[in-house]
Amino acid sequence: MTNHLKLTLIAAAVSLLALPAQAHRAWLLPSATVLSGSDVWVTVDAAVSNDLFYFEHNPLQLDNLSVEGPDGKAVAPENLAKGRFRSTFDFKLTQPGTYKLTVANQGLFANYKLDGQKKRWRGKAEELATAIPAKATDVKVTENRSRIESFVTSGKPSVDTLKPTGVGLEMVPVTHPNNLVVGEKATFRLVLDGQPASGVAVEIVPGGIRYRDKLNDSKVTTDDSGTFSVTWPGPGFYWMSASVRDDKSKRQRRSTYTTTVEVLPQ
Amino acid sequence: MRLLISAALTTLAAGPSLASEATISIDIPQLNVVEYHKPYVAMWVEAADGGKVTNLAVWYEVNNKKNEGAKWLKDMRQWWRRAGRELTMPVDGLSSPTRAPGTHQIKFDSADKPLDGLTPGSYQLVIEAAREVGGRELLKIPFEWPPKAPATGEAKGERELGAVTLKLTP
Repeated sequence: MTNHLKLTLIAAAVSLLALPAQAHRAWLLPSATVLSGSDVWVTVDAAVSNDLFYFEHNPLQLDNLSVEGPDGKAVAPENLAKGRFRSTFDFKLTQPGTYKLTVANQGLFANYKLDGQKKRWRGKAEELATAIPAKATDVKVTENRSRIESFVTSGKPSVDTLKPTGVGLEMVPVTHPNNLVVGEKATFRLVLDGQPASGVAVEIVPGGIRYRDKLNDSKVTTDDSGTFSVTWPGPGFYWMSASVRDDKSKRQRRSTYTTTVEVLPQ
Repeated sequence: MRLLISAALTTLAAGPSLASEATISIDIPQLNVVEYHKPYVAMWVEAADGGKVTNLAVWYEVNNKKNEGAKWLKDMRQWWRRAGRELTMPVDGLSSPTRAPGTHQIKFDSADKPLDGLTPGSYQLVIEAAREVGGRELLKIPFEWPPKAPATGEAKGERELGAVTLKLTP
């Protein structure tokens, strides 16, 4: 781990198995996270890429996108478009407070053998029964739940949208995610199905990878209450991601949470 | 709030003053740039330990035709975070239009808002300027309140702000 982020590391009983980082990183990148004035707009880029925050691999599917306004009501995203490398959408911030952007996906992934041939299947839970032939052997089913988020505030930050839904791995900000400043410590909590997710490794990577040799990533592990802290070394957008595996649902289950936060200069 | 703005200090023949005065003189530099916009400027007083904020003045594009002046208030990012985002702009007696390059003076009287609520202690005057298509600068001048004797504090900006002077008279 580099020393780039002074992280508060708290040894905790590892109750969940952390997973190796995925090959690609998925993210939502708002054009601004702190806004003033009334009737302001934000445009958001959504992509899956290697480097942060560049469009060089695939657009992020926005089928399961939701934008939640400060009052808890859904805001309709406008001008949705899917390009070769990225998806984009706009939304209007008609009221002051904090908006939460979420792309939440849920699905099954199966490996099995049929007549000695290795087969793979991806789909929804209700399709599982009919998707895999009866004579298949070595069937391994994994449930994937992923949540990709970002936060945007117009005027005074509000906290209602920061509440978790209680499904999958989620981040509950202790420090408001649109009130992050270089040199200050920010604290967040991870919850799995609403319960503290302890011993989970969170990967933190600053944007701008293209213009440096080192990744400058850092890992911090959540404590017993699922809490982790970061002291931001510099301004810019940061990508934070964590993943856990369990078998609470009678099958292998993997839950991933990813967020993009902006850190401003003093 | 009484804002007395004058190009020069006019001496008023008056009896002994009963209240302290704070006079802020602020230099907005003339810049030779391709696209010049008058800067947004916020001034406030905060306790030396960074506590409670007392807003003094916010100069911004209050009369923007499309009512878009407030869109850039966040660029004075420290003021925005400390105080601005809690307000609904414009605020009477606080907001006024941006000012042209030159020296500007504002006078505050301890008997009037916003200084009438300032309890004795150590403070700093903070001035933050942000210019459209330009830069941002922040200056701080520490002072004690109320002044026991006439006192002057100074700070000098490097680009967006020139000399800033705080004159206190008991």
